[in-house]
Amino acid sequence: MFAYHFMVNAFRAGTIVAVAGGAIGWFMVLRRQTFAGHTLAVVGFPGAAGAVWLGSSAAWGYFGFCGFASLLIAALPHRGGEQRSDESAGIGIIQAFALASGYLFVSLYRGFLNGVNALLFGSFLGITDTQVLVLLVVALAALGALVAGGRRLLFASIDADVAAARGVPVRTQSVLFLLLLGLAVAEISQITGTLLVFSLLVMPASTAQSLTARPALSLALSVMIAIAITWAAITVAYHSQYPVGFWIATFGFACYVGATAARHWNTRLRGRAPIPT
Amino acid sequence: MIAFAANTTGLGDMLGHPFMRNAFVAGTAVAVAAGLVGYFLVLRSQVFTGDALSHAAFTGALAALAIGIDARLGLFAATVAAGVAMALLGHRGRANDVVIGNVFAWILGLGVLFLTVYTTSRSAGNGAAGVNVLFGSIFGLSTSQARFAAIVAAGLIIIVVAIGRPLLFASLDESVASARGVPVKALGVGFLGIVGATAAEATQAVGALLLLGLLAAPAGASLRITTHPYRALWLSAALSLSAMWGGLTLSYLAPSVPPSFAVLAIATGVYVMAVASSSVARQIDGRRVPAIGVTKTSGA
Repeated sequence: MFAYHFMVNAFRAGTIVAVAGGAIGWFMVLRRQTFAGHTLAVVGFPGAAGAVWLGSSAAWGYFGFCGFASLLIAALPHRGGEQRSDESAGIGIIQAFALASGYLFVSLYRGFLNGVNALLFGSFLGITDTQVLVLLVVALAALGALVAGGRRLLFASIDADVAAARGVPVRTQSVLFLLLLGLAVAEISQITGTLLVFSLLVMPASTAQSLTARPALSLALSVMIAIAITWAAITVAYHSQYPVGFWIATFGFACYVGATAARHWNTRLRGRAPIPT
Repeated sequence: MIAFAANTTGLGDMLGHPFMRNAFVAGTAVAVAAGLVGYFLVLRSQVFTGDALSHAAFTGALAALAIGIDARLGLFAATVAAGVAMALLGHRGRANDVVIGNVFAWILGLGVLFLTVYTTSRSAGNGAAGVNVLFGSIFGLSTSQARFAAIVAAGLIIIVVAIGRPLLFASLDESVASARGVPVKALGVGFLGIVGATAAEATQAVGALLLLGLLAAPAGASLRITTHPYRALWLSAALSLSAMWGGLTLSYLAPSVPPSFAVLAIATGVYVMAVASSSVARQIDGRRVPAIGVTKTSGA
């Protein structure tokens, strides 16, 4: 399997993407911004379609659109808690409009129809060395930002009010985090396709968070699960006829269901309240 | 001016084409149903659930195509089942967003599997089938399909109007409603079943990926415009309907613009205008516009 250069590149890219997705997805799940994450993921599609239509590189479209959309979501009226209907309606509208624009670009660029499935569902094959290098640079930048601001972001994510009282700029943190999420998503979607980014963001993170309540351990676990899922999925996809996105989603979901079941069983056994996530 | 004259005569013939008539018949019913259901969806902050259902619609339709049965069968089965399942998993008929996220990411993975099975096993089918499910093909509806869509949508409208009052109560104040004997959990489950059926309907009109806009945009706009619940409910339906009619007309006049994009673009435009006018009104008044289910904390 490793005799083929494209498989080596698939593993390199997959690992980079899994590390970034596992780490940033962990904060996304903690902050309950799964809907925003999914919307950002989907925004990559019009970005790429528009860039291809205009004849430039799809990578610019991904980064440009995802960055812009994360600022747009950050500008929506935001408040935590139960009442966030206005925000969620706004996010939903951004998402649907982005997809509609993507469809418009695709139909304006005739003959591109078979490319749609590649954009939406991605492909691990045919990744070039340059792409791997770009992925690595962007992932390192995103992870560097996360390491630099991680502690304060964690504080702001867990208890925004107390963090604000202690002088943490909660609002700025929120905007910066959305930008980071947009960046990560733009990167991952170039490999997994815009519709499946979400599985790498949400599945390892929610599995890890239901297994342990300790932040550092759970973050590390999330990254490790993401890498394991990606490697397993690429290997299985290489030997089977079904696409890698399906295997990523299936392995991820199996991990999540297993973790949830284990937690329920554990709490029932010990007879105490479940660990809050 | 010449182009304009040509357009107006084009507009006169528009309903002369059977495919346009079918599109209007199905589109009208679907838009009203989506506007009504979307209002409750936004009010209950369940837009993310609608997002998940749109992916279930994709998977359901492709599963049916892969097996070789009518796509609509798979569509309705998948969305209604997914809606009810998500409601049952959650507390009081509302699902947790992490649960939703995990479930629909996997459902989407299954959709990719079915797409692969479909495109590899049937030489007649190609990538376009997937694209049609994702982005809709309202101009391709046959007369019987359009009639069926309209009848189902009419049924959904009747159900929503019938359960509107208790559902409104349960959505605005769950605890008080439940104390007053409103079956909150059953309403939540039933409501998501209805959302599922509406999603399946809307998939035929604007496609699985875009139905979220038809559910969220008119409702979001009407909640910005008025605080009166019933007025907002019907306004949402009216806005959805005008987006649908406007979009179909626009797409007829400019054939390079796909109908689903035109519908979504108008719906989004209406939402943006509603947001802009409500924030202007607030600045003029110098006070917060009280809105049901809408919270604002921005300092402006």
